[in-house]
Amino acid sequence: QVWQIRLDLHLLNHDGNIIDAASMAGIAALCHFRRPDVSVQGEEVTVYTPEERDPVPLSIHHMPICVSFAFFQQGTYLLVDPSEREESVMDGLLVIAMNKHQEICTIQSIGGIMLVNDQVLRCSNITAVKVAEITELIQKALENDQKVRKEGGKFGFAELIPDQKITAFKAGSAAVDTQGVEEQAEGIIAQADPPADLFATAILHTPGTAQIGEGIENSWGDLEESEKEEAAEEEGESEATALDKIETEDADADAVRETKKGEPIVLSDSEEEEVVILEPQELPGKTR
Amino acid sequence: FVPEPRLQYVPVKGDRVIGIVTVKAGDVFKVDVGGSEQASLSYLAFEGATKRNRPNVQVGDLIYGQFLVANKDMEPEMVCIDSNGRSNGMGIIGQDGFLIKVSLGLIRKLLAPKCEIIQDLSQLYPFELVLGMNGRIWVKAKTVQQTLIIVNILESCEYMTAEQRKQALAKLSGN
Repeated sequence: QVWQIRLDLHLLNHDGNIIDAASMAGIAALCHFRRPDVSVQGEEVTVYTPEERDPVPLSIHHMPICVSFAFFQQGTYLLVDPSEREESVMDGLLVIAMNKHQEICTIQSIGGIMLVNDQVLRCSNITAVKVAEITELIQKALENDQKVRKEGGKFGFAELIPDQKITAFKAGSAAVDTQGVEEQAEGIIAQADPPADLFATAILHTPGTAQIGEGIENSWGDLEESEKEEAAEEEGESEATALDKIETEDADADAVRETKKGEPIVLSDSEEEEVVILEPQELPGKTR
Repeated sequence: FVPEPRLQYVPVKGDRVIGIVTVKAGDVFKVDVGGSEQASLSYLAFEGATKRNRPNVQVGDLIYGQFLVANKDMEPEMVCIDSNGRSNGMGIIGQDGFLIKVSLGLIRKLLAPKCEIIQDLSQLYPFELVLGMNGRIWVKAKTVQQTLIIVNILESCEYMTAEQRKQALAKLSGN
């Protein structure tokens, strides 16, 4: 029994030199990957789930990285890491894969260009320098990712989304056109109904308890009564229309009550509640 | 139209595109239009072409044509004449000039009537411009430098706002 691993590279967009980018992505992915831990005892093989035992990295002995060189005018000009445009007009391409121990893993010449010995040697020297840099970059990124995962921070795609500031998703201030606002406001005020009558006097019940105006009447009791009436009259009427009718009834009732300003104030219509006004130095009774 | 940043082109019947001739096989050319398959172009699909009077098409030439057949089951077919047999602006694109690739959304923006970008650029210097729905633009101005300037502005129009573009053009026309 052996493990089989498959590496899929999806090219989303490129500006030339796909080979180098793909080799870096591939080796980084393989180094980052963790496989389930296994223990073998004679014939018995136990594969542990990631919850049971931490997954184990692959045994990667070295990191070969490709570096591409584009040649122009029969080898006179040499470009490292050509862009899309440069690739479309180059004579030929030389790809050298090397690891950080300066061991050449692959040399490939594409396009059938004729190269001289010292050109190839020069390219391999340049490759050694580049590969050392790139390998260090990949190592640092892998270490950083491992550290962040241990500490519980954000890694992978989430790392790219910065949200450490409250203002991270703040929208820029949008200018508001305030031309003609004054006329509009005045128009609205002129058309609006005048404010309801104000009760200037406060009625003092006891020291510490006063009442200004009457407040909105409790309409719960009315709701029950009128629902019963309407249920008897018409069936299947919607609640919304029932409520509308109740509100108009209340408005009428309020208008009637307002005219009787001088009469004693009733705080609640309900017969179930006992209303007690608290006096200082008295035992507190039932409160509303 | 919402301009899409999409890059991969899917052939659509009636679309006018810029293609690159890759293979010349007797009576039929194979044209790379940036899709998943190469389109086929018959040598008779040019204005005034007969069996004796063949068009002078070489491998590597740029062709501006439209799709006659473009569905997901067959290789697309393109022609350089319209239904009346006239070329109507299509055919082999002349020598020199510069071909660039941009996103499909930018092409639609440029093809809109009274496109601001094109109007601003035409204030700069005279140039020839061919826009292919497959994301390809061919530019030719009097000198190589002018051509490259226009190419750079068109490419950066993907990311620049109108403000930034006007600033860049103002700097150029000032020079």
